[in-house]
Amino acid sequence: MNALLATLYQIVQLALVLALAPLLTGWVRLVKARLVGRRGPSVLQPYRDLLRLLRKEVVLARNASWLFRAVPYVMFTAIWLAAGLVPIFTTQLALAPTADLIALIALLGSARFFLALAGMDVGTSFGGIGSSREMMIAALAEPAMLMVVFSVSILVRTTSLAEIADFMMSGAVGLRISLALALIALVMVAIAENARIPIDNPATHLELTMVHEAMVLEYSGRHLALVEAASMLKLLLYVALIACIFAPWGMASAGSGLLAALWGVLVFAGKLAVAGALLALFETSIAKMRVFRVSEFLGGALLLSLLGAIFLYVSRGV
Amino acid sequence: MSPIYVIVATPLLSAAILALVPGYRLAARLNIAFSAVTLLAALVLFRTGPAGNALFVVDAFNIYLIALTAFVGLTTSIFSASYIGHEVAAGKLTPRDLRFYHAMYQAFMFTMLLALSANNLGVMWVAVEGATLTTVLMVSLYRTAASIEAAWKYFILCGVGIALALFGTILMYLAAQPVMGPGMAAMTWTELMKHVARVNADILNLAFVFLLIGYGTKVGLAPLHAWLPDAHAEGPTPISAVLSGLLLNVALYAVLRFKMLLAANGEAIAPGPLMIAMGLASLLLAGLMLYRRRDIKRFFAYSSIEHMGIITFAFGMGGPLANFAGLLHMAMHSLTKSAIFYAVGHVAQAKGTQRLEKITGLTVSHPVLGWGLLVGVVAIAGLPPFGIFMSEFLLITSTFAREPLLAIPLTLGILLAFGALVLRVQQLCFGEPGGESAPVRGSLVPLYAHLGLVLVAGVWLPGPLVAWFQTVAALLG
Amino acid sequence: MIDLGYDAAHMLGAVVLLMSFALLYQRRLFSLLRVFTLQALALTATAAWQAFSHGEPHLYITALLTLSLKAIVMPVALHRIIVKMNIHRTIEPALSIGLTMVAGVSLVTLSILLVLPVTADATALTRENLALSLSVVLLGLLMMISRRNAVSQVVGFMSIENGLILAAVGVAGMPLVVEMSIAFSVMVAFIIFGIFLFHIRERFDTLDMQKIESFRGESD
Repeated sequence: MNALLATLYQIVQLALVLALAPLLTGWVRLVKARLVGRRGPSVLQPYRDLLRLLRKEVVLARNASWLFRAVPYVMFTAIWLAAGLVPIFTTQLALAPTADLIALIALLGSARFFLALAGMDVGTSFGGIGSSREMMIAALAEPAMLMVVFSVSILVRTTSLAEIADFMMSGAVGLRISLALALIALVMVAIAENARIPIDNPATHLELTMVHEAMVLEYSGRHLALVEAASMLKLLLYVALIACIFAPWGMASAGSGLLAALWGVLVFAGKLAVAGALLALFETSIAKMRVFRVSEFLGGALLLSLLGAIFLYVSRGV
Repeated sequence: MSPIYVIVATPLLSAAILALVPGYRLAARLNIAFSAVTLLAALVLFRTGPAGNALFVVDAFNIYLIALTAFVGLTTSIFSASYIGHEVAAGKLTPRDLRFYHAMYQAFMFTMLLALSANNLGVMWVAVEGATLTTVLMVSLYRTAASIEAAWKYFILCGVGIALALFGTILMYLAAQPVMGPGMAAMTWTELMKHVARVNADILNLAFVFLLIGYGTKVGLAPLHAWLPDAHAEGPTPISAVLSGLLLNVALYAVLRFKMLLAANGEAIAPGPLMIAMGLASLLLAGLMLYRRRDIKRFFAYSSIEHMGIITFAFGMGGPLANFAGLLHMAMHSLTKSAIFYAVGHVAQAKGTQRLEKITGLTVSHPVLGWGLLVGVVAIAGLPPFGIFMSEFLLITSTFAREPLLAIPLTLGILLAFGALVLRVQQLCFGEPGGESAPVRGSLVPLYAHLGLVLVAGVWLPGPLVAWFQTVAALLG
Repeated sequence: MIDLGYDAAHMLGAVVLLMSFALLYQRRLFSLLRVFTLQALALTATAAWQAFSHGEPHLYITALLTLSLKAIVMPVALHRIIVKMNIHRTIEPALSIGLTMVAGVSLVTLSILLVLPVTADATALTRENLALSLSVVLLGLLMMISRRNAVSQVVGFMSIENGLILAAVGVAGMPLVVEMSIAFSVMVAFIIFGIFLFHIRERFDTLDMQKIESFRGESD
C-alpha cells in the first residue's frame, strides 16, 4: 500500500513540477513588470510560448551534428528527473531512496555539460563564448554547492533529501551559523545557475553580456521549447531545493494521509509565490554585474559555504 | 601610606601641572623637581622593601626596576633641560610644543611606573598601551616628513602588537576564571601566582604566545622591530633615551611576569625555546644591521635591539645564572644606553647633523663629550671593566656549560655587534674633526653619573644587591 | 534541545566575522565605513544579548560604549575627515575575492585550530566566541597589511579592537574596570589617529602610506 502511494505521489510530483514550472517563470515576469510599472504579460504567457515553439518547424545549422539534436532531450530529461527527486509536498516518494543531494548535483552537472557541448557544436562564436562563460560560472558554483551539501549532510548525517527535510521539520537543529551561511551561499548559487540578474539577464539578447542565451542561440522549434522548459524547471527545482532544506514546513511526512499531501501542495504553491516575488524584487533592485565580476560573486558564495563547513567544527554537538 | 602611591601619583599630577605651565625654562626645572620627588619616593620604597596590596604589587622583581626607572627618569629630565634649551634657540621647537612635551614626559613616566607596579593584568596592559599613546606624538614632535612616517609606523605596529597582547590577556583570564571564579581575582597578579598551579596549562601556553608576540613588539624583538630604529631616530633625543633605556625594559617586564606564571604552573610548556629563538634572531639581525647604518641615533637604536635580544635570550635560557645575567644586563643596558643617548643628543646638536659620516674626531673637538661617548660605547660593546662585560660574560659561560650549540650563535652575534661598534667609534671619536662644530652648552652630569654607576657595577656589586638579584632569578624559574 | 541564548549569541558573532570579510574587499572608503558601522552594531547586539541572557548587567555598559564609540562617534568622525580631506572618491586596491577567500579562510581555520584544542574544557559558547574573535583579529591584521590608505588602516585597527571586545564579551565576568580602561585607551588612540591623519595630510598631501614610506629617514 505504502509503495503504491509512494509511486502515485512520485508521478503526481513529476507532473506537478512540469505543470508549475512555466507558471513560476510567468509569475516572476509578471511581478517584475508590475514593479517597474508595466502591466506585463499574463502569468500563462510562458505556456503559450512553449506551445508556439513546439508547433514551429526546426531549423538546423548545416554543420550541426547529432549531438546538437540530442542535447535538448538529454538536458530536459535530466532536469525533469532532478526536479522530480526533490520532495516538494511530501517526503514519501518512490524515488526518495535514490534522491540524494549528490545525485541531484550530478544530474544538474551533466545537463550543463551537454548544453555547453551543444553551444560549441555549431561553431559560432557566440556559442563558444556562452559555453566558456558557463563553464567559468560552473567551476565556482559547483564547489560552492558541494560545500553547502557537505555542511548540511554533516549536520543531518545523511545526504538523502527526504531525510533532511524530515530532520529539519523536527526542529532539532535550531539556529546555526553553518546553516545560515549555507543558505546564503545556496541562494547565490541558485541565482547564478538560473542565469538571473546580476549574473546574467534572462531577457537579454545583447551579445556582450549573454551567457545562457548565447548557448541556445542556434536552437529553434521544439528543441528550443525543450531547452526553455528545462530552464524553467531548473528555476523551480532550486526554489524547491531551498524550500526542502531550509523551510520544509507544511510538507507531508511519511505515513500521513492524502489530506496532508494536498495541504503540502498548497503550501508549496505558497512558497513558490513568495520565492518568485522575492526574486523579482531582488532582480529589479540590482544592476547586472560585469562578466568578470561574476567570479567575485560566486567566490563569495564559495567563501560563505566554506566558512559554514568550517564552523560546523566549532559549534556545539557535532 | 605606602610610597608606591607617591611614585605613581607624582608623575600623574605633575603631567597635569606641566600642561599648564607656559614658560619652558620653569617647566624644565619643575620637570626635574618632580622627577626628583618620584625618585625619592622610589628610594624610600627600595628601603622599606616589598609591600604589595590589592592595587599594587611590589616584590623583589619590580622594586629594582621601579627604582631604576625613577632614576633614569630624573637624569633624563636633567639632560632634557639642557637639550631643549638648544632646540628652542635653534628654532626647532616652539614653547607650545614644549608644554606638550613636558606634560607628556611625565605622563609617560606615569604609564611606565604604573605598568611596573599594577597588580592587575588589565591595568598593566592599559599602562603599556598608554606608554605608546604618550610617546607617539612626541616622536613626531618635529613634524618633519621622516618623523611623521616614523611615528605612524610606531603607532600602527605597536598598536597591533598591543592588541595581540590584550588577546593574550583575555585568554589568561579565561584560563584562570574556572579555577578562581569570575571577577577581579582572576586578573590579579598576586592571586594568580597563588592559584596558577591548578590552571589549564594549554590555554596558558596559547596565551603566552600572544603575549610574547604582543609585548615582544614593544620590546623590539625581531621580526617585529621595524618601528624601533625610526622612532628612536626621529624624536627628541631625551625621548630616545627613555624609550631605549626604560620602555623596552617595561615591555620585557610584562613578558617576564607572564613567564613567571608559566613557570609556577608546572605543566605549561617551557617558554624558553620561543624566547631563545626570538632573542637570537634579534641579536644576529641587529648585529648585521649595525654595519649599514648611516644615522647615529639609528645606529644606537639597533644596538638596543641587539641588547634586548641578549636579555631575552638570557631569560629564555632560564636557571639561576642566566636569569641573574639577564637582570643585571637589563639594568646595565638601561644605564649605558641612556648615557649614550645623552652624549649623542649633544653631539648631534653640536654637529648639526645625525649623519655618521659627518661626525668625526669628537675627542679633539669636544674632549669631555667625546671621551664620554667613547667610554659609553666601550661599555655597551661589552668590554671590561664595565657592568655589561660582567653580565655578558656570565651569560656566555653559563650557556657554554649547558647548551654549547646555542653559545656559538650567541657569541657570534655579540662579536658581530662588537665589531660594528668598534669600527664606528674609531671614526666618531678619533681622527680629524670635520664639518661644523658648535660648542656644547649642556649638562654632562647625567652622562658621567650613569657611566660611573656602570663602572662601579662592573668592578664591585654590593652584596645585598647580589642577594636580591638571586632571589628574583629564582622566582623567574 | 534548542538553546536560544546560545544560538543567538552564536549568530551575532558570525555576523561580526562576516563583516570583517566584507571589510576586506570594500574598495570605497564610504562603503568601508558603512560596513564598519554594521560590524559595530552587530558587536553591540552581541554584548547586549550576552548581558541579557547571562544576567551580567555590566555588559550593557560595554554595549552602550561600543554603540556610542564604534557605531556613532568613530564612523561620523571618519566620515567628516574623509569629506574634509576630499578623498571620498578614492578607490583602493583591495584584495581580490580569490585572495580574500584563500587568506581569510586559512586565517579562520588557523584560529579554530589554535583555539579548539586548548579550550576543550570551556563551554561551547566561549570556545566559539574565542575562535570567532581571533578570526576577526587576524582578518583585521590582514586588512591593515593589505591596505595603503591611512583611513582604511585606521578602520582595520578599529576592527581588530572589535575582535578583542568580542573576545572580552564572551568570557564570563570580565571586570568592568578593565573594559572601561580599554575603551578609554581606544578612544585616546582614535583621537591620536585623527590628529595624525591631519598631520600626514598637511605634510604629504596624500594618505597613501606606500608613498609616505619613501620618506623614511634612512632606508635599508
